[in-house]
Amino acid sequence: MESLDMKRAVICIFLMALVTYVPRVLPLTVFRKQIRSRYIRSFLDYTPYAVLGAMTFPDVFTSTGNLVSALAGTATAFVLSYYRKGLVTVACSAIAVVYIVELLL
Amino acid sequence: MNVRKDLVQGLRDGFPIGLGYAPVAFTFGFIAVSGGLPLWAAALISLTNLTSAGQFAGTNLILQGAGYIEVAMTTFVINIRYMLMSLSLGQRLEKGTGILSRMGFGFGITDETFVMASLKPGILRAPYLFGLILFPILGWNLGTILGGSISAVLPEALQNAMGIALYGMFIALIVPASRDSIHVFLIVVMAVAANCMLKYIPVFSFISPGFRIILSTVAGAGLGAALFPRDEAEYVKKEGETE
Repeated sequence: MESLDMKRAVICIFLMALVTYVPRVLPLTVFRKQIRSRYIRSFLDYTPYAVLGAMTFPDVFTSTGNLVSALAGTATAFVLSYYRKGLVTVACSAIAVVYIVELLL
Repeated sequence: MNVRKDLVQGLRDGFPIGLGYAPVAFTFGFIAVSGGLPLWAAALISLTNLTSAGQFAGTNLILQGAGYIEVAMTTFVINIRYMLMSLSLGQRLEKGTGILSRMGFGFGITDETFVMASLKPGILRAPYLFGLILFPILGWNLGTILGGSISAVLPEALQNAMGIALYGMFIALIVPASRDSIHVFLIVVMAVAANCMLKYIPVFSFISPGFRIILSTVAGAGLGAALFPRDEAEYVKKEGETE
């Protein structure tokens, strides 16, 4: 990771805050009609999964020191989340597996 | 009518959510600070965003050095679902609820507080909603600060392994939802396929990583919504499982 420009980071944080707050509050204050289109509702409903999928793959495979540890960590995360372990358990277990695999290699 | 009773009921309903948020926020603070953000910036993100998937994704992009538009658009796309929740809650609000109140408790709409408020029978009043969001806000912020503080004292080798943590959380959000719905699974596959095409086919190499994700999202969710439009009932049920 390159060193961070803090001014840029702060502007990004406030942009994030803005685009998080506006969808929460606009329908409560200004725009109070129901969204009728089934297509748009479904689209909005599916977006979080599509974003998370695109952010995760294939980038997760280059997120650690090497491909082998990344594959091991990803597999761990898959198995645990398949059995509905929480976010924290999944993330910490993946870290632990990556750490151990990199020690061994 | 009874403000105090509503407030107490809200606090009671929000408390377990706040408890649940603390460890997730702890991990977020830990990851953000290990990734190179100062503690105050991680805390500022949690304080101003109060959301999981959106702020994880945004933070990831900040750390990767993405541009303003990429950060804003990606975060917006993830958070746009709050419009539906906010619309849905708005229908059940007590008439005459002031605009300042709406702007206040609107900040605290998350997947979990939305589900809790949706399950509450009857009219929703402002004191209940303010009570509901208080503990989640506290849990989210305290967790972040604790997690961020502890990251400084960790050995460097372990910090290197932290690179996978955020992706681990993303996987923990995607996999259970894909297990429950083949449609969600196929949408994730389509978005990933689009992302790989844009990344590896040389013709598309002019597209930056941030826009690649936005395009992949629109392709995956757009195709998915056309192929598998959702029922109302399905919508509310699934929202409870996204975080």
